[in-house]
Amino acid sequence: MTLVLNRIDDRLIHGQVVVGWGQPLDVRFIVLVDDAVAASDWERELYRMGVPPEMELRFHSAAEAAPLLDAYRLDPHPGILLTGDIATMRELVLHGGVREVNIGGIHHRAGRRQYMRYVFLTAEEQQALRDVAALGALVTAQDVPAARAVPLEEMLAHAEDV
Amino acid sequence: MSEPTPKRALVAGHGDFAAGLISAVEAVTGRGDLLDPIEVKGLCGEDIQLLLSNRLKANGATIIFTDLQAGSCTMAARRLLREMPGVLLVSGANLPMLLDFVMASAEPQEAARAAVERAKAAISVYEAPK
Repeated sequence: MTLVLNRIDDRLIHGQVVVGWGQPLDVRFIVLVDDAVAASDWERELYRMGVPPEMELRFHSAAEAAPLLDAYRLDPHPGILLTGDIATMRELVLHGGVREVNIGGIHHRAGRRQYMRYVFLTAEEQQALRDVAALGALVTAQDVPAARAVPLEEMLAHAEDV
Repeated sequence: MSEPTPKRALVAGHGDFAAGLISAVEAVTGRGDLLDPIEVKGLCGEDIQLLLSNRLKANGATIIFTDLQAGSCTMAARRLLREMPGVLLVSGANLPMLLDFVMASAEPQEAARAAVERAKAAISVYEAPK
């Protein structure tokens, strides 16, 4: 197995990730890439307590994670690569090997415009997602496995009609 | 005009968890108004934390009931505990727990701790007699 999901989700570890995706994909480990979380004992402990004991949780900064991804892909168990923002995922895609990117949740914040129930973007974030796609990754929005994976351009076009 | 009922706890979770559980509490006891449902669809973690903080301050509640240990409401509430040390967070809330809580005459935090024990004891598996 390998990294079966490369997800951008500003809530990081939460029900959709641990239960919604984690159970059907039989996920055994999550690689959480976030500079602020990686640098804080308290934050790491907060997220560690949110995952079941059989699931391993690894923390890295973006710079630290990029060269480790190939090794994670060789892991015999299924895992999730998780970032809290688009910029971090873009950095990992730029490094190579990330072929699909799942937009799982980028929620409301001042200056963002709504594209889906769980996707709100600034103009810069919209461009950053297009950059990720231009690097060769298939970018889709899908909060839970039962939902349809909505291609990036369809999602962006949909909002422009609203 | 009578004063509004003081809220004893917030209830927060996925989907319509809070509103659904509170409607069940209301149906069984008529005391659903002791619980404040928190709707978090579309909110990022920071906004959930801010919403919880504002509602606790507004209605004087000191208890937060949430659904999942790993849920975003629980994570936001755990962050909030750092700022508001007098608040008690209970994850894994269910209907027996909230029924026990709203019917209790003890002060809220004592009632919440007792309700957790009652809720654990209220989970059963039944099968047809052989």
